[in-house]
Amino acid sequence: MTAFLQQLLNGLSLGSIYALVALGYTMVYGVLRLINFAHGDVYMLGAFAGYYASKLLHGRLNGGLPEAAVILVVSMIACALVGMLIERLAYRPVRRASRLTLLIVAIGVSLLIENLAQIFFGADPKFFPQILPERMFEWRGVLFTNQQILVLATAVLLMAALTLFIRRTRTGKAMRAVAHNPDAARLMGINVNSIISLTFALGSALAAAGGILVSLNQPSIDPLMGLMTGIKAFVAAVLGGIGSIPGAVLGGLILGLAETFVAGYGSSTYRDAIAFFILIIILLCKPEGLLGKGQVEKV
Amino acid sequence: MKLAGLAGAGMLAGALILAACGKKGPESNDILIGEFGALTGSIASFGQSTHKGVALAVEEVNAGGGVLGRKIRLITEDDQGKPEEALTAVTKLISKDRVSALIGEFASSNSLAAAPFAQQSRIPMVSHGSTNPKVTQIGDYIFRVCFIDPFQGEVMAKFARNTLKLDRVAILRDIKSDYSVGLADYFTKSFTALGGTVVADESYSAGDKDFNAQLTALKGKTPAAIFVPGYYTEVGLIARQARKLGVHAILLGGDGWDSDKLWEIGGEALNGSYFSNHYSVDNPSPVIQGFVEQFKARYDGEKPDALAALGYDAAKVLIDAIRRAGSDDPKAIRDSLATTQGFAGITGIISLNENRDAVKSAVVLEVKDGKFVYKETVDP
Repeated sequence: MTAFLQQLLNGLSLGSIYALVALGYTMVYGVLRLINFAHGDVYMLGAFAGYYASKLLHGRLNGGLPEAAVILVVSMIACALVGMLIERLAYRPVRRASRLTLLIVAIGVSLLIENLAQIFFGADPKFFPQILPERMFEWRGVLFTNQQILVLATAVLLMAALTLFIRRTRTGKAMRAVAHNPDAARLMGINVNSIISLTFALGSALAAAGGILVSLNQPSIDPLMGLMTGIKAFVAAVLGGIGSIPGAVLGGLILGLAETFVAGYGSSTYRDAIAFFILIIILLCKPEGLLGKGQVEKV
Repeated sequence: MKLAGLAGAGMLAGALILAACGKKGPESNDILIGEFGALTGSIASFGQSTHKGVALAVEEVNAGGGVLGRKIRLITEDDQGKPEEALTAVTKLISKDRVSALIGEFASSNSLAAAPFAQQSRIPMVSHGSTNPKVTQIGDYIFRVCFIDPFQGEVMAKFARNTLKLDRVAILRDIKSDYSVGLADYFTKSFTALGGTVVADESYSAGDKDFNAQLTALKGKTPAAIFVPGYYTEVGLIARQARKLGVHAILLGGDGWDSDKLWEIGGEALNGSYFSNHYSVDNPSPVIQGFVEQFKARYDGEKPDALAALGYDAAKVLIDAIRRAGSDDPKAIRDSLATTQGFAGITGIISLNENRDAVKSAVVLEVKDGKFVYKETVDP
């Protein structure tokens, strides 16, 4: 029983990482109908921004929560800017082109970021500083750390905040309008370009938060760390119903749990194979994803 | 307009490539040796270390007048630690640079990817650190100056069973790596033959960052030790996560642990772990200390790890073979490499057997506060 609860917790903690990254995918898709393949790389840039920020800050703050918060904010802002820059330089010029063109541009941007990062940061793995002191808790033999709780709580909190933002604010309404019909939105006096820019900024800031939180938990970062996480988060977003915000979180948690239970009780050798097999089955039964509507829900 | 510009750029690039291909190799009288290794990537610290060792040996020989009255020119290619890139690097070194011999790789998977092309092109290849037995089985042009995994697995099995007196050991292997899978198999074989029990056998893939599921499964089997024959990046994270989950079993490993990054990533979680290696920098032998001093003088006080020592030995064995062959003809070098006997290297006395493998002793090191402390030597 203890082992089962521990595996459950392991799965939730792995799944909340996928959920955090999946939120960004689903947001951009909801507005632009674009699979932003560079999203995983922005997540990597977030981790590196945090790494260099903490090196710069080292000794100037007392460490602990305030330092962690400053680093988080710096890295989220840096990535929001990168996200807007990617949109402005790569996606906006081809926005009116076919979807295939957009997709290929997205893959190109992803490769460009990965290779530039290898040149500038170096390709060897770096140790992410432990800015937040780790504390261990035990509950009926189940061990967990404050960082695992933090990741899970942040994913759920951000999901709630995003949903509120999109449902309740004027900007959120504008976003939904752009998602629904960009031309009609423009006629209504909405600045479509700045709304799309904002979508990218938000999505990229989320990815940066994900990068930092994950690196606190698993303190080894490298320029290709976004590759596998990006793919898994993308799968999580599709599983939950791409375009749906609660769906992204649900998809991430299910993927994390599936991987963990397959490795823990089945065969760790076939972890990814079996986990993805389960996903294929789910998508065969419900192609629009768990929380997706037949007509894909707009953000 | 845009299209025409693109086409123009394409033609220009094509012309440049053609020009590059048309260029002949250097006209000088140098003996060309190709080296390929992971200068970047997740096992970059291996490639960097071996390269420093190889370069030091070549510089030393050149400073002493070279070999056969000619200088040696080392051409180094980065394979990013990826098997497919290793093959590309070796193809370039052989087809374009026309090297007489090759040194590399450290990781067995990369050597296995590149060796068939070297064999097919009849260019001798000396691996410094690939310990998987399959590497030299590729053909009679492939050599190595290190011991092989059946021996390394036996060393750690004996150490766990006889020195640490352990009964129950679990295994956590990297299924993507030929090195890790081989080492895990040989360890299991020797350990069970010595009367121990392997209570669980879990796996992960290089590049993974989350090992909680496997470690929780292992915890339920209460092993006294976990044998993790992987590379340092993952091993560091595994150690950390194991301690967080309350797994206090002793961690055991192989030469893939040998890197400063191991401690940087794993930290205190690694204290009291053991791994087998090719040499110990603390060994008081004058030959080894002489090499350590020479290495430190050349590389700003950096201490040579086992990989640097192996790289140095690989280059020295190869250069010695060229000298004895009296020519830089690849076939002649191969024949003289095959007769290497009793070569006094830094990592031990190197004699190549009929399988082109080196037969020599291994050391067991303990991880202690960031240092690798010499524990014992195990002879073949």
